[in-house]
Amino acid sequence: MTQPELNSVSGREPGLVPSASRAPLLLLIGNPNTGKTTLFNRLTGQNARIGNYPGITVERRSGDLTLRTDGTARLVEVVDVPGAYSLSARSAEEQIALSAVLGWAENPRPDLCVVVVDAGQLARNLYLVTQLLELDVRVVVALNMIDEVRDNPPNAGELSRFLGVPCVATDARHGTGMVELERAISAALAQPPRPALRIQYPSALEQDLERVSSALPSEWHESAVRARALSLWALTSIETDDELQGIDPNLRARCLEVRARANARDIDQEVIATRYALIDAELPKLYLRLEVHPKKRRTSERVDRVLLHPVFGFAIFISVMLLMFQSLFSWSDPAIRLIENLTSQCANLVEAYVPESLWRDLLTRGVIGGVGNVVVFLPQILLLFFCIGILEDSGYMARVAFLMDRIMKSLGLHGRAFVPMLSGFACAVPAILATRTMERQRDRLLTMLVVPLMTCSARLPVYTLIIGALFPPSRVFGWLPVQGLLMVAMYLFSTLITLISAGVLGRTAVKGRRIPLILELPPYRLPSLTGTLSMMWRRAASFLKEAGSGILVFTILLWALLSFPRPAHVDEPPPPAAAIHQQGRPVTTQPQNAAGRDHAASAIEQSYGGRLGKAIEPVLRPLGFDWKIGVGLIGAFAAREVFISTLGLVYGIGDADENTTPLRDKIRQERKADGSSAYSPLMGLSLMVFFALSCQCMSTLMVVYRETRSLRWPLFMFGYMTSLAYVASLLLYQGGRLLGF
Amino acid sequence: MNLAQTRIGQVVTVVHVAGDGSFRRRLMELGLVPGTRVEVVGVAPLGDPLELLVRGSSLSIRHAEAQGVSVSLGEATSAERAPGTASRSEGNGTLAPRGLARSAP
Repeated sequence: MTQPELNSVSGREPGLVPSASRAPLLLLIGNPNTGKTTLFNRLTGQNARIGNYPGITVERRSGDLTLRTDGTARLVEVVDVPGAYSLSARSAEEQIALSAVLGWAENPRPDLCVVVVDAGQLARNLYLVTQLLELDVRVVVALNMIDEVRDNPPNAGELSRFLGVPCVATDARHGTGMVELERAISAALAQPPRPALRIQYPSALEQDLERVSSALPSEWHESAVRARALSLWALTSIETDDELQGIDPNLRARCLEVRARANARDIDQEVIATRYALIDAELPKLYLRLEVHPKKRRTSERVDRVLLHPVFGFAIFISVMLLMFQSLFSWSDPAIRLIENLTSQCANLVEAYVPESLWRDLLTRGVIGGVGNVVVFLPQILLLFFCIGILEDSGYMARVAFLMDRIMKSLGLHGRAFVPMLSGFACAVPAILATRTMERQRDRLLTMLVVPLMTCSARLPVYTLIIGALFPPSRVFGWLPVQGLLMVAMYLFSTLITLISAGVLGRTAVKGRRIPLILELPPYRLPSLTGTLSMMWRRAASFLKEAGSGILVFTILLWALLSFPRPAHVDEPPPPAAAIHQQGRPVTTQPQNAAGRDHAASAIEQSYGGRLGKAIEPVLRPLGFDWKIGVGLIGAFAAREVFISTLGLVYGIGDADENTTPLRDKIRQERKADGSSAYSPLMGLSLMVFFALSCQCMSTLMVVYRETRSLRWPLFMFGYMTSLAYVASLLLYQGGRLLGF
Repeated sequence: MNLAQTRIGQVVTVVHVAGDGSFRRRLMELGLVPGTRVEVVGVAPLGDPLELLVRGSSLSIRHAEAQGVSVSLGEATSAERAPGTASRSEGNGTLAPRGLARSAP
């Protein structure tokens, strides 16, 4: 791969030296909903690498494009920059576009930017193009979704003359114009287009720009043209309370001073209106006839009349959400069971061939169980991201935010938080991954922190056991089943607490400036199956890679905690405490005879975990729990439903699940020292409330750690949820006792 | 009048945009500058937010913020639609050198 042209170019332009050792870097930049990602997949053949932008948890996707022109092949690295309407920024997330374009903040410097423009919404899309051209970066414009304006397409040649850069009409979804685009990219890499768009602003603003320019740090002064554009950027981005990073204090002071001096002048409007005036004057020349209302938009409006209808719209919305939830909750079940069966068969196979030893236990209960613990999340993750892909691609996700905004706003949440919150009823892990559909860090964080309070499917077996064991199958008013009523009450309780917590946390721990909503409702489009499938795969792969190892390590640690120190005489295997998964059935074989079970029960009592359970008993007693429950809670940290199998082991019952009669009987018969029943209905309620609120799930914490890339938030989450659970159970139990229950 | 006082189906022209700094800027960057034609398409079933058609794209903002956008009924004539129609803005955009020079109206 030779790049002679490129090197000669860099010789001419000291400011834009591409390193000779790496492939040229191409940025894809553009407004949201312009088909940028579809174009990225087209160019790179879906072989995306996922990383993060330096210093911020925003996903950076890159891939390789092989340019074949004139018999030579050349590798180009392509980066998909997050969608942006403008380069001006007030937050670190919005700052990424500028940093990526200029190669700032440890970003590699790009050799070319392909601006993806929605041919159906040219005016707004050209706004971003004018900003890039003012910055004097090398640009090629992809006039995308040209198929949607077939009856009145803008003239690419005319647009190219206006902007002074190559413009290529494309339709990334169907692959139209890709050859021409690649040719334009090759040509632009060889001979960079120099647009140097200079927009003349009102004279007072020009003077402001000079004042700002003199305060720019030296590295912003690559050329006079760029310094001017950066002065404009600084003047329309820096505010007293912005959240920008790496802004020179002198520059900040100067911008604020210039803004203050502007008095009655309206700097933002001068800048923006001038740019739009330029675009508005040009637009009529690009079209054969000027339409206010493109055809695509008219079709979308007709669909919206139904989908956003006060009655039908909500009915359809509820149906769509129910369908999504149903798929997550029920349809994933066969796959989850299959994974569990495979895991337990693997463990059985090892046990059949490897002689009993510590290492065999480590392998079956720690490693194989741990891998099972990771893989078991895949069905729900894949299904959820399939649904999200379809919702996003079709344009319906924006409508979900539109429909739910009123409700979500009152909770301080973003409208887009609805889908992750709903998914939380199935499992918090995919739900937390799904918060990526929100752009703002603060919105994501708040949603992540409250999602684990939703009643996930792992809590159900615990509730079933407690309700089944401690509450009679009687009916209230002769027809309302008590047990069913309790289950519904637990759902309502957790939902209520989630909503309250969102309100409280949004005003305290993740307090952020209230950002008014601006939502674009993109035209409805047919979702692309290949794009959705590749996104599902990427999400699943990044979960396996990022959270998988952590979950595995924690499973092994928990296994060790409940297996060591090992009993002196080993004739039966110690309890498989950490071999676990979603449905609460241990994957390993259990001691079958009574002696073995008693032995297992005493082994777990002797283990570090058992001792820990006894050590924390004084703390748990005010909630009505004894040390056996304490051990169960420790085991449940691997996953909530493991509480049942761990409790089963403590009582010397092998292979316990929520419907096991012996475990229920044990619970009913368990007596305290004074002979009274250890498990009262009140204590059962206290235990359920504790499970509803506490963060008994290492996988959730691991995923939050990976998503926020800091220990702070998982620790905070564990702390606030555990405190909440403790206080609520304490109040319930002690209050109930005072009332004589 | 302001955008929050409009009725569904009305076509109005933006006179002035007020509001919190970065929000106001973003709104204008999305094309809601003085002189722009805006069609009020609808309201979400729960009463908020509003759906607007601006320069061929659907934008949605809440009532609280729509109150800051003052508008006049009807569509501006092309003369009124010139840039910076609000009295504070004085300059017209011009695209300067390289033989590309074209004056905005």
